[in-house]
Amino acid sequence: MMAYLATRLMIALATLLVASVVVFTVLEILPGDPAQLMLGMNATPDAVAALRNELGLNQSIVLRYLDWVGGMLSLDFGRSYTYSVPVIELIRERSAVSLPLAIIALALSTAIAIPVGVFAAARRGQPADTFAMAASQLGVAVPNFWFALLLVYIFAVWLRLVPAGGFPGWTAGVWPALQALILPALALALPQAAILARVTRSALLDVLGEDFIRTARAKGLPRKTVLWRHALRNAMLPVLTIMGLQFAFLLAGTIIIENVFYLPGLGRLVFQAINQRDLIVVESVVMLLVATVIVVNLLVDLSYAIVDPRLRAAR
Amino acid sequence: MKTWKPVLAAAAFALATCSVASAARTDLILGMPLEPPHMDPTAGAAAAIDEVLYANVFEGLTRIGSRGEVLPALAESWTVSDDGKTYTFKLHTGVKFHDGTDFDAEDVKFSLDRARAEDSTNAQKGLFAAIDTVEVVDPATVKVSLKNPQGSFLYNLGWGDAVVVAPESAETNKEKPIGTGPFRFENWAKGSSITLVKSADYWGEPALLEKAEFRIIPDAAAAVPALLSGDVQALPNFALGDALPQVENDPRFKVVIGATEGETVLSTNNKKPPFDQLKVRQAIAHALDRKAIIDGASAGFGVPIGSHFSPANAAYIDLTGTYPFDPEKSKELLKEAGFENGIKATLKLPPVAYARDGGQIIASQLRDVGIDLEIIPVEWADWLKQVFTEKDYDLSIVSHTEPNDIDIYSRKDYYFNYDNPAFDKLIEELNLTSDETKRTELYQQAQKILADDAVNGFLFELPKIGIWDAKVEGLWENSPIQANDLTKVKWVD
Repeated sequence: MMAYLATRLMIALATLLVASVVVFTVLEILPGDPAQLMLGMNATPDAVAALRNELGLNQSIVLRYLDWVGGMLSLDFGRSYTYSVPVIELIRERSAVSLPLAIIALALSTAIAIPVGVFAAARRGQPADTFAMAASQLGVAVPNFWFALLLVYIFAVWLRLVPAGGFPGWTAGVWPALQALILPALALALPQAAILARVTRSALLDVLGEDFIRTARAKGLPRKTVLWRHALRNAMLPVLTIMGLQFAFLLAGTIIIENVFYLPGLGRLVFQAINQRDLIVVESVVMLLVATVIVVNLLVDLSYAIVDPRLRAAR
Repeated sequence: MKTWKPVLAAAAFALATCSVASAARTDLILGMPLEPPHMDPTAGAAAAIDEVLYANVFEGLTRIGSRGEVLPALAESWTVSDDGKTYTFKLHTGVKFHDGTDFDAEDVKFSLDRARAEDSTNAQKGLFAAIDTVEVVDPATVKVSLKNPQGSFLYNLGWGDAVVVAPESAETNKEKPIGTGPFRFENWAKGSSITLVKSADYWGEPALLEKAEFRIIPDAAAAVPALLSGDVQALPNFALGDALPQVENDPRFKVVIGATEGETVLSTNNKKPPFDQLKVRQAIAHALDRKAIIDGASAGFGVPIGSHFSPANAAYIDLTGTYPFDPEKSKELLKEAGFENGIKATLKLPPVAYARDGGQIIASQLRDVGIDLEIIPVEWADWLKQVFTEKDYDLSIVSHTEPNDIDIYSRKDYYFNYDNPAFDKLIEELNLTSDETKRTELYQQAQKILADDAVNGFLFELPKIGIWDAKVEGLWENSPIQANDLTKVKWVD
């Protein structure tokens, strides 16, 4: 187990290093000058030059890379070109929206998807299964911004239960903050739940066809016990993998939902930073996400071992 | 129990009357699509900076009013020497910055010197190019000497880029803006909102609102429900496009279509063949149906223009008839120029709706006369590099939003690649002239030259589409400069 962990950690570190080189190079070769962009079309060339100097853009690319990586090791992500505040501060502010949002959305989607998946698998081919799968098909197909707008018109414009968008910040209190997150979380959760329900169902069906299930049934175990304790547990591997991927997506791939609800999340930070060529922000956030994905994958790998004792013994 | 009833009734009555008698609302939440990158108008070109801070938090010696006129601000009055080269400003006294420091002539000198310094990162550094020296005569008097007379000097001082900042706070204004205006900055929740509150010790007429919040709503589809749900009460400048009809006929809101200073043009590379030939550019001009372009690019709003000048300006002349829409004439001109077999060129479009949508229409209109355009969408950063800086383009579409910017056509090396000594001479003369009648005449001559030369395809003046609660008054109808002046905004019943 220790050796397994050590190898996984080494791989994770190597991935991070490679990712840092790739991310930095790709963004540096993007055309466009942040200084020119900030000063606009009427700027005199010497003002642009002065700003480039101020932002440290005149240093060599290697020096800037080393500066950036070195800084990150001590958790100093540099200063945003446009906002001129430390990048880490921006990330912290945005994470206060994105992280809870991702967690709520994932919890919602899991709470919906697993029962639906199990329910459908247990009634394979029956009308209930067909209905559940048709509904999940719809959930995958409906564009989530459209669904989000529908939620806004029903709950904010018509019923006036929640604000149409925006985020008051956690300082405004836990309840107002949660209120602002509930519709976006729902809009994010449903398509994810639809996918997850389908994965759960098919994984479960695979397991249900296996010999040990027949053995369990033959032993006279109740259907429910066989389904929830024996089958589901063994079907969790693909489900966990998908959940891991979904969490990474929910953390930063939510730009469309963030736009509809005008939430100040990580997705919008990256999007805006790319447009404004605030490269240092893009680079740092992307690296942070790479790190998150690696950690989540590591956790998923480890959780395999918990779910499946055979993997534990093998290592 | 019974005895309580009248008391309760009286209390209820008192409450009811109380709420009727209470004053109108004094807070306003405005939605804006783009977030300012920072809070310092003297260090960035982003319109969003001025849209939050201009006239509200920061003030200059002069300011631009709602009709584009120059008004006194921190300068109470001024005199101009006979040779037009020396301006003496009499400043308001008793003015304080929001951090409590006093405003005086030293601050003016500091601000102007900082803006034109060698290491200045002022986005409009050119505005201050004519200044020779800034001299503090006494704490309430500043003397500015110019290298040469400049007719637009007082106007230039009214730009957001020319506001007065204090040496104590200049370096931190990006995060925590300290000005002299009727509102002071309170909070910026990045990515979310910016809050201003009324300044208690403002030197001039106090603001009518106690609090104003600018909320960043990047998507027009989200802005409308925000307005409908009452989360925001004004969208002062929002390209709503398809979403507009949803609120247009709602009596709770006012839809106000005004003008900006944005001349939207089909930018043309005047040095790149075949666009270096006047006949080709004239052919393009004849091929453009402005009405169809405005319908498609700007939901039918926007005034057609025939030169690079705002219809809101007093010196404007309508030159849309110079080369009227006439595809046959256009084809004829192309034939005369030797292009009977047509022209192939590229059209690089920045990521704004008017350009992307307008580009499709223009490409189809030009195809009708034999000019085949390949549309290349580019990002802003890429546009600035390829088109604006490197001039690697044939045609593009962009709105030039700086006010009174006809002089860009006299700039050497500007991306139009236009070079006309007669025009340059006019602009030079305009610079040296401060007599209004004479200036108007020169402006009109300049407009005429650009129209005749068909330098660019002149399309339309970008509209300002504003929607706000019908009970809100005092927001600007037009946008002579990019600002949301809240100094006169109030709620009425």
